[in-house]
Amino acid sequence: MILVTGNDLKTGAVTWWTGHGWSTAIEDAVDVGQAGDAIIAAEEAARRVNVPYLIEAEHGPDGAPRPAHIKERMRALGPTVRPDLTLKPNDVDAIRNVV
Amino acid sequence: MYAYDHYDQAMVDARVAEFRDQCERRLAGKLTEDQFKPLRLMNGLYLQLHAYMLRVAIPYGTLNAPQMRALADIAEKYDRGYGHFTTRQNIQYNWIKLEDAPDILADLAKVEMHAIQTSGNCIRNISSDHFAGAAADEVADPRPYAELLRQWSSFHPEFSYLPRKFKICVIASESDRAAMRLHDIGIRIVERDGALGAQFYVGGGMGRTPMIAPLIRDFVPLDQLVTYSEACLRVYNRYGRRDNKYKARIKILVHELGAEEYTRQVEEEFAHLLDQGVEPPLAELERIKGYFADPAFDAADVEPDRSDPDFAVWLDHNTHAHKIPGYVSAIVSLKPVGGIPGDATAEQMRVLAELAQEYSFDELRVMHTQNVVLPHVAKADLQAVWQRLNEAGMGTPNADLMGDIIACPGLDYCSLANARSIPIAQRISERFAANGKEAALGELKLKISGCINACGHHHTGHIGILGVDRKGTENYQLLLGGSEAEDTSLAKITGPGFDEHGIVDAVETAADVYLREREHGERFLDTYRRIGMAPFKEALYG
Repeated sequence: MILVTGNDLKTGAVTWWTGHGWSTAIEDAVDVGQAGDAIIAAEEAARRVNVPYLIEAEHGPDGAPRPAHIKERMRALGPTVRPDLTLKPNDVDAIRNVV
Repeated sequence: MYAYDHYDQAMVDARVAEFRDQCERRLAGKLTEDQFKPLRLMNGLYLQLHAYMLRVAIPYGTLNAPQMRALADIAEKYDRGYGHFTTRQNIQYNWIKLEDAPDILADLAKVEMHAIQTSGNCIRNISSDHFAGAAADEVADPRPYAELLRQWSSFHPEFSYLPRKFKICVIASESDRAAMRLHDIGIRIVERDGALGAQFYVGGGMGRTPMIAPLIRDFVPLDQLVTYSEACLRVYNRYGRRDNKYKARIKILVHELGAEEYTRQVEEEFAHLLDQGVEPPLAELERIKGYFADPAFDAADVEPDRSDPDFAVWLDHNTHAHKIPGYVSAIVSLKPVGGIPGDATAEQMRVLAELAQEYSFDELRVMHTQNVVLPHVAKADLQAVWQRLNEAGMGTPNADLMGDIIACPGLDYCSLANARSIPIAQRISERFAANGKEAALGELKLKISGCINACGHHHTGHIGILGVDRKGTENYQLLLGGSEAEDTSLAKITGPGFDEHGIVDAVETAADVYLREREHGERFLDTYRRIGMAPFKEALYG
């Protein structure tokens, strides 16, 4: 699957295209298929998200998108060395799923 | 320490106002990211893996208590309660919102700080010896010269768009505690026949092509310091490669031209510049020196009570000789066992500010090793300082030992990284705390970078680790034999890399080879230089 991601203009937070907007939760991300470039063009024009780009992902064990590359998995969760600052501070498996 | 005059303050305030307007236009959609990016970078604002990151300049690593308190307040008010001290004596905040950035810069300006020239292809924050003004072995305090060069290089119109970023270091002792020869320009203040002058080393650096800077001038009179610097920069600005980012640093130019030819061109330019009025009057240097006058040292030379064995260990590892007998410089470890090298909470920063105010004439220094120094502590006060540091989690007695690891933010934070650095540092720190070998190993400088850009100085570690991406998986190369001290050398790769668990074992294997092979008084680096790579390779790869 192909996802569109970027960083929110105001906060810099990692954000994912949901089909009708942006979410910081990768679970909300949708496969954009061939539409990625058009979405990027439109969203760049809207100037809500910094430098949106496409990444490859697959369905993880829980069905949620799992980026193919570790860097994107890291972006999706947060720093592995500060579980308290990740998006899933109470999920003991979250970091293991990243690396 | 230096205090802003009204010109300094006016310039910094004007920059805050300018950046506020730029941010407002970006947030209103009137600027594209392509238009805005160079503007935010000029103010130290990066976009990293998880958020915007702000790098704040700490000139030559010196700051006072109010400044440290302001850094703590920023960590608490605008970030997530902590900051990260870097290998260039700066501090970075990892979770900044663009809409807050102008307010942060305004708060910094109130305590004479800024983030100007902490990014971009310009002359960056000038680094120096963290014991400057306190060290027993310096011929002068190097900071007035660093400050003079800071003023010269700030907003320098000719050097705002160099081929690549440019880093200058100024020291004033034979001992090199600032990796001077790994800078684009390394300056050592020296004394010749009773007169002070400057040695110029040009073309050093780490990154993907590490180089040790050659000496190009053995003595530049102090009333020509700025002019000679300008000549070095001019030749680079004219001929440095702008066609290839990876060949754009001055080290490549010096290497390709050869040190002799580069020097010839610099000398030619220098001769041309000498009567152009580049140099500020010596009175300006004297004015700046006035800000760095010694505080009123008056403590009696009383040896501390060493009856507490934990305190005695800390004294042995974390204090450094001071030029005044009743004082020492105390190294505050930001490397607790299993901790994140260089991270300090807002609360810890406030403790440091308190200690500076109470015990160190209101001064602090940031070390390139990601620790902090209280430069002027009376020996009689050391036990009280140590107890307060311990209570705040900053009393680990590990300066220059295995646990005192330099690590870049790595893939946990950095968008350029290929692999994580911090977890490797944490596991090694825990391993050597548990196996009890740290003390036996003695001085051993371990440095970890998460990519070839080498922010973790892996090329100059006695043991270095470089994280790479091997088919989407983190892999770690082991290097041995580097040094960034006065015996500068570049480490060599041992062989095939290791996974995240294997690299911790590999470090212990290398340490065990040293323990087995060392002769009396040898450090790890000395043993490596004597016996070479072969015994280590044999132990690592069989």
